[in-house]
Amino acid sequence: MSSDIRFTDFKSDKQPTWCPGCGDFGTMNGMMKALAETGNDPDNTFVVAGIGCSGKIGTYMHSYALHGVHGRALPVGTGVKMARPDIEVMVAGGDGDGYSIGAGHFVHAVRRNVDMTYVVMDNRIYGLTKGQASPTSREDFETSTSPEGPKQPPVNPHALALASGATFIAQSFSSDALRHQEIIQEAIEHDGFGFVNVYSPCVTFNDVDTYDYFRDSLVDLKEADHDPTSREDAKDVILDNEKEHQGVIYKDESSVPYHEQHGVDEDMSVIPDGAPEGATDLVREFY
Amino acid sequence: MAADFNWAVGGEAGDGIDSTGKIFAQALSRAGRHVFTSKDFASRIRGGYTAYKVRTSVDKVQSVVDRLDVLIALTPRTIEENLDELHEGSVIIYDGERTTMQDVEIPEGMIGLDVPLKSLAEEAGGAIMRNVVALGAACEVAEFPIENLDSALEKRFKDKGQKLVDNNKEAARAGQSYVADEYDHEFDYDLETTDEDYVLLNGDEAIGMGAIAAGCRFYAGYPITPATDVMTYLTGRIERYGGHVVQAEDELSAINMALGAARGGARAMTATSGPGIDLMTETFGLIATSETPLVICNVMRSGPSTGMPTKQEQGDLNQMLYGGHGEVPRFVLAPTTIDECFWKTVEAFNLAEKYQLPVYLTADLSMAVTEQTFSPETFDMDEVEVDRGNVVDEATIDDHMSESGGFQPHEITDDGISPRAFPGTADGAHMSTGLEHDEQGRRTEDTEMRVAQVDKRNRKVETAREREDWSPREFGDEDADDLVITWGSNEGALAEAVDILDDEGQDVRVLSVPYIFPRPDLSADVEAAETTVVVECNEQGQFADLVEHDVLERVDRVNKYNGVRYKADELAAEIKSTLEAGAEA
Repeated sequence: MSSDIRFTDFKSDKQPTWCPGCGDFGTMNGMMKALAETGNDPDNTFVVAGIGCSGKIGTYMHSYALHGVHGRALPVGTGVKMARPDIEVMVAGGDGDGYSIGAGHFVHAVRRNVDMTYVVMDNRIYGLTKGQASPTSREDFETSTSPEGPKQPPVNPHALALASGATFIAQSFSSDALRHQEIIQEAIEHDGFGFVNVYSPCVTFNDVDTYDYFRDSLVDLKEADHDPTSREDAKDVILDNEKEHQGVIYKDESSVPYHEQHGVDEDMSVIPDGAPEGATDLVREFY
Repeated sequence: MAADFNWAVGGEAGDGIDSTGKIFAQALSRAGRHVFTSKDFASRIRGGYTAYKVRTSVDKVQSVVDRLDVLIALTPRTIEENLDELHEGSVIIYDGERTTMQDVEIPEGMIGLDVPLKSLAEEAGGAIMRNVVALGAACEVAEFPIENLDSALEKRFKDKGQKLVDNNKEAARAGQSYVADEYDHEFDYDLETTDEDYVLLNGDEAIGMGAIAAGCRFYAGYPITPATDVMTYLTGRIERYGGHVVQAEDELSAINMALGAARGGARAMTATSGPGIDLMTETFGLIATSETPLVICNVMRSGPSTGMPTKQEQGDLNQMLYGGHGEVPRFVLAPTTIDECFWKTVEAFNLAEKYQLPVYLTADLSMAVTEQTFSPETFDMDEVEVDRGNVVDEATIDDHMSESGGFQPHEITDDGISPRAFPGTADGAHMSTGLEHDEQGRRTEDTEMRVAQVDKRNRKVETAREREDWSPREFGDEDADDLVITWGSNEGALAEAVDILDDEGQDVRVLSVPYIFPRPDLSADVEAAETTVVVECNEQGQFADLVEHDVLERVDRVNKYNGVRYKADELAAEIKSTLEAGAEA
């Protein structure tokens, strides 16, 4: 079945309400193409979306999906994957969803190394609430709630991931369609937690982190002297505040995903119509 | 009823009080005696007073009482804390060689047995066995055959080697012989044994076992007293049945993981206590609105805020009934006994899946940490039925497609129940969301669809009211003029209280209610009674409020929930037609 799957099969019949030119269009297209290219189809894919402009992705894609509570998409994805190791799980959200209200879950999802892909559509702004500072906004970025800039350093999600023991860390740019799709694909194929931060510009509220800015400043790690299997190389890239990068920053090729470490391999949706075999043993333990 | 015997061991947290008490309870249970245990404990790892109490009889015991016959006191405070329960002739076993116990005063009229617990334990192989020496001494006092203690010691220590088991048996005999040789009292206790087989378990364990029996495969939780035992019970056991436990980073995560697993098609559960319910309430509306079956277990403790974390209270009833913004249907079940914790857990999973909504399963601290004996047939696994409700597969999904060919997980139906498709089901792909949605799960703010979906969700509750049995349990004198109503773990104490009242010439009829929502209509019972008393472990009488609510006069209602405010002319018309309908009725 999957051989006939085209990326448009992952499109729902709802037209996106994102602003014309929004980076999220490109981010989503790359996700759909990567899913199709890796042999998935809508019926064996589960997309978990957060809240915010990015969270609407669950509506615009066609697959099994949950559009959840703000900031809790990663725990939902974890639960889906535990119950259904046979299902491809992709979690998508914004920088506010992932690094502000959901920051605690991000650290622990990384630590668990659950076999799913986490796509963060990072536009460095709160768009849906009409332009407030986000956790990745620049220190001097002026917004309605930070007239002189937030005056606090932006969260460095890659550093947070590396420090939490990530096995796959990547950065892509929604406008570089081919590279974006390639990177998402690699994250899907990774055995473990595939984390991709995507620069997904907001054309309405962010006039600093624009398409032009990223186009001009991005260094592609593929073309640089960078070994993604080296934590040292990864650290250097991640802590380099002078440059913007795209590509796979770090990849642990010996990664063993959570469900394999814990011996979880069954489809938990299949249960008998009575107590499971051997359940009486549980009663005997209480003698 | 045969005479009951009340025993306790007390000391500081860290003295091994829990395991000592558990061994004695196990010995009694294995001897075919009924046991009911309780714990006094503090929220700390070491220090502070803690005690494990055992009430036993050859007849069923289902409550604690204010009486203590034999007390093993490892600290002077243990005696002080129990002065009200000790009585003339009570026996206090202590180690006079222990520095803190050298000057201890045995209250007048009581029998102090000074037994060198530590020295005797050292002779048997190690000071760590001093509590077992005390258990041997207690066996002698109670005339309880020590072989039963051997059996419990074997269960407890067999994984650590036969040598350790033998040492413990020897330590117990040292205590027994010491009392027999050194003291010449007649204690008048005779803990006879029977041929009955009993199992001994607490409420948290019963819930955990019920979950596995019901086919629960996924549990996510965050440790919290007094719900942690559900998680520790499942850990290492649920895996044997193809399941898994995740210790989440917080309760926000725990409930979302459980939600994810449920969307994946697994029977999933989380358990917590009041403070955790506060956090989980964030996700509650999403579970209900996305029509996801989930069992949320709330083992209540004393609140508000951190409150008294190791003390009893039934204060979260309103939280479970009304918590969360907006209006969302939920069920609330409250098992009233430990064995019912097992069966109501099974029922909670069935109700959650049949009606596709969150089910609160609530126990309380008293029930969670109390161990009680039951015949093993009480938990007959052959009686467990699993009903997954309306789940479609590839053969049946075609009946539930929209005109445009999309699966309809929120199909408008007469009984309110829609089809469910698990991931992997061909053509079943759909989104679940906390947004108001149409039949396919797609976001909508259409006023008619909004009303249709709200009504559909509420219709599930009406369907459940009709299809399921929500009866309370009745006991006492059915013809009595006065009615006592209770819920949750008070049932055991109330059952014994009724016997005491009966002896004093006071007849009462009792209704013990395990269903909070939906709940049985008790208005006719209340109206028929001369006086109705509602018993519960809280200050405000939250269940009493519900009972009063149910017997109040009904008012007519005008409601609007399509997302548009009232308009003056529309409102005038609504009120007029409602009044006219009322006048005609």
